[in-house]
Amino acid sequence: MKQFLFFIQKEFYHLLRDKRTLFILFGMPVVQIVIFGFALTNEVKNSRIAILDQSKDEATASIIQQLEASQYFDIEKNLQSEADIEPAFREGKIKLVVVFPSQFQSTLLHTNSSPIQLIADATDPNVANTLTNYASAIILDYQNNIRGNQDFPYTIQTEMRMLYNPQMKGSYNFVPGVMAMVLMLVCAMMTSISIVREKEIGTMEVILVSPMVPLRVVIAKMVPYLLLSMINIGSILVLSVFALDVPIQGSLLLLVFECFLFTITSLALGLFISSITNSQQTAMLISLMGMFLPTIMFSGFMFPVENMPLPLQVISNIVPAKWFYYIVKAVMIKGLGFFSIWKETLILAGMTTMLMLISIKKFKTRLE
Amino acid sequence: MIAVKVDSVKKTFKAEKSVVTALQQINFDVSKGELFGLIGPDGAGKTTLFRILTTLMLADEGTASVDGFDVVRDYKEIRKRVGYMPGRFSLYQDLTVEENLSFFATLFNTSLEENYDLVKAIYQQIEPFKKRRAGALSGGMKQKLALSCALIHRPSVLFLDEPTTGVDAVSRKEFWELLRDLQKHQITIIVSTPYMDEASLCDRVALMQNGKIMEINSPKGITENFKKPLWAVRGENMYQLMQTLQASEAIDSCYPFGQYHHVTFTHAIPDSQAEIELAKIAPVLEVKKIPATIEDCFMELMRQ
Amino acid sequence: MKENFAISVRELTKRFNDFTAVNAITFDVKQGEIFGFLGANGAGKTTAMRMLCGLSFPTSGQAMVAGYDLYQDAEKIKKSIGYMSQKFSLYEDLTIRENIRFYGGIYGLSDHEIKTKTETLVHQLHLEEQVNKLVKSLPLGWKQKLSFSVAMIHQPKIVFLDEPTGGVDPVTRREFWTLIYEAASKGTTVFVTTHYMDEAEYCDRVSIMVDGRIDALDTPLELKRKFNAPSMEEVFVQLARKAKRAE
Repeated sequence: MKQFLFFIQKEFYHLLRDKRTLFILFGMPVVQIVIFGFALTNEVKNSRIAILDQSKDEATASIIQQLEASQYFDIEKNLQSEADIEPAFREGKIKLVVVFPSQFQSTLLHTNSSPIQLIADATDPNVANTLTNYASAIILDYQNNIRGNQDFPYTIQTEMRMLYNPQMKGSYNFVPGVMAMVLMLVCAMMTSISIVREKEIGTMEVILVSPMVPLRVVIAKMVPYLLLSMINIGSILVLSVFALDVPIQGSLLLLVFECFLFTITSLALGLFISSITNSQQTAMLISLMGMFLPTIMFSGFMFPVENMPLPLQVISNIVPAKWFYYIVKAVMIKGLGFFSIWKETLILAGMTTMLMLISIKKFKTRLE
Repeated sequence: MIAVKVDSVKKTFKAEKSVVTALQQINFDVSKGELFGLIGPDGAGKTTLFRILTTLMLADEGTASVDGFDVVRDYKEIRKRVGYMPGRFSLYQDLTVEENLSFFATLFNTSLEENYDLVKAIYQQIEPFKKRRAGALSGGMKQKLALSCALIHRPSVLFLDEPTTGVDAVSRKEFWELLRDLQKHQITIIVSTPYMDEASLCDRVALMQNGKIMEINSPKGITENFKKPLWAVRGENMYQLMQTLQASEAIDSCYPFGQYHHVTFTHAIPDSQAEIELAKIAPVLEVKKIPATIEDCFMELMRQ
Repeated sequence: MKENFAISVRELTKRFNDFTAVNAITFDVKQGEIFGFLGANGAGKTTAMRMLCGLSFPTSGQAMVAGYDLYQDAEKIKKSIGYMSQKFSLYEDLTIRENIRFYGGIYGLSDHEIKTKTETLVHQLHLEEQVNKLVKSLPLGWKQKLSFSVAMIHQPKIVFLDEPTGGVDPVTRREFWTLIYEAASKGTTVFVTTHYMDEAEYCDRVSIMVDGRIDALDTPLELKRKFNAPSMEEVFVQLARKAKRAE
């Protein structure tokens, strides 16, 4: 036992003395949360728009005021004619132009419907899409308001409802994604590198030619990274609750348990990589290309799996991160309990056991 | 008593499209407490042999035992009782001298205090730097630390794979003095080296080349087996002298050795005639008869 | 400084913070000379050699290498020297021909030159049959000989060899030294470090560094006489044992 504890202590020495790596390992989750939360968000705030109001009546003034009041739009200028629209876009600052036809209000009152044109700069389709959605929502709001005041039958019957994410916050999606990514990186990559490094400098030979049981070597290698990962999970959760206002809807205990399970999965993957490689460089490449990329591509947090062609959807099933992502979303955001995720948990646990068994079997007692 | 026994060991590796024979039919015994040297260049098969004996590799054919235990069947027992210092062994660069030592001590369930008498002589030399990271030590110091780590559990057999490669002449000398000291503790030591001059410091040596043992004997026995008279020759222009001698029919071999060339004749001639014969071939300044060195013997064996 | 010196060094010093790795060394190397540069591990050999190759700047002192000033013409120096280290610089996953072609290209040889060079070089080393094989399939000794020939491909005025013969068998080691002799007899200056003390005796002159200084510099014969020692090994041990620098 003393042997084992000392081995773990040694691993901590390695970890704590490599200040740069340590900084990256602890800093990475924070930086990723900050980048995804504030910089790369899908939300579009304070976009500059222009108004071409050919009606200038009560209704248009009211809609314009509401556009202005929203945090999404800044009205940059008021255009005078349709000829001004093109140049306004060309300048590049205007992302959206709202065009009210002449006699907007009277048309609306008399014929029960009146068009509003939303012209967006579609060089960035995502932004254009989001902006037109926001604008339509505000206009719809206005229509609902006037229906409430006066009993007229001219309202348009469209309903928009955002499930679970009423403000359409990007953070809800990526917090589980970042968790999967960080765990993969820290556990899979760092474990494999630290084992392969011992092969490179020759200490693995000496350790093998010692009474220490190989299984213990493996476990001792994993402990520091397990701990480090749990700390990282903690910092991600704290950041997401307090800095990004993404609350934990479900049971915290269940969430931590699932994270723990996925950490073991990643560690098993790292061990597996180390058993098939002999240089730190290869270990790193395999971790990045073979583990990290699939996590991003197939877990569903960047690209929806449902939209992928069938073969890719099938492939996505063998990516552990996909199941983890699903579970965390269910527990953290939807607030579901264990009974809704037991199947996914079982799949993840099965994968972990299998990986662990294969890698321990592959971890050789000899060099060949 | 026999500490290490190697019997008809053969080992091949699969390379691209071909099979490389690393060891062919190796046989030897090492007695308890002996300092045994494996002398040969890189690629001779020394490391492979070490790995088989330290249970890290399996031989294709043949058997081997260490301390009476079979290297395949009883590998766990062997791992408890041997010390091993792999080639290019570099310890943990980010741990201090002290931490490295205590790590290897606990790895073998022991402590520095327990076997202090054994490592004392070596450890005292590195003790002033015990708080220093291993990465900041000089080559000679690193090597002493590595030796201490390999000795810390009082192994009965110590395997040292090229411990002196890349180390300067002074550190090498000191290292061999340490090994000599260790023999007093009845530790069997098997050491490999590409430096021929280190052979004379062993009790017995095996000269290895291309996976074969060319000869096993005491250093004295090996040099005495060099049957031809050997002459050290010096000339004004050594390079030219060597070329002329090597081209001559009368000369069997001519190898540069420091400021002399070592020369043998194709046919036996009386000692008194040697200088005259040589002078006929090339201008020489000095000719003297010398006893062969291990290196002369090694090169002679390589020619066969 | 005289013109006919290949290397001329005056009070060359290199400090790392408060550690003086090379302490005011002064020496000259004649053209076509085989100059042995010895010293214990950590005596400052590598640092000194790196400076002479233009890889690191001295803290103070003067040096001319191949007729160029170390401070002003480091790039020109690199063009006129060859360098080979123990970790020979050949690419294991390229063939012999490809390696020669690559290094010829680096030093700006024309296609024609590379072609003729390849032929003479391969012929000289008896590698005709292996020329299209990967370097990693060669025995160590051949790799080192090839590595040396490649370092000489642009006919440098000076060639720096950093422990070129580590780990090879005694016969190949001597074949390697034959190549060195040949290069020197054609006028190339050879600057070599080694841990084999008998090899030191092959050198025309030998310098021995202790604690960053050059403590001895002479022909092997003269050094042995001065230190009253039977071999260079003995000379080296006498000098290096005086080292105070704790590493």
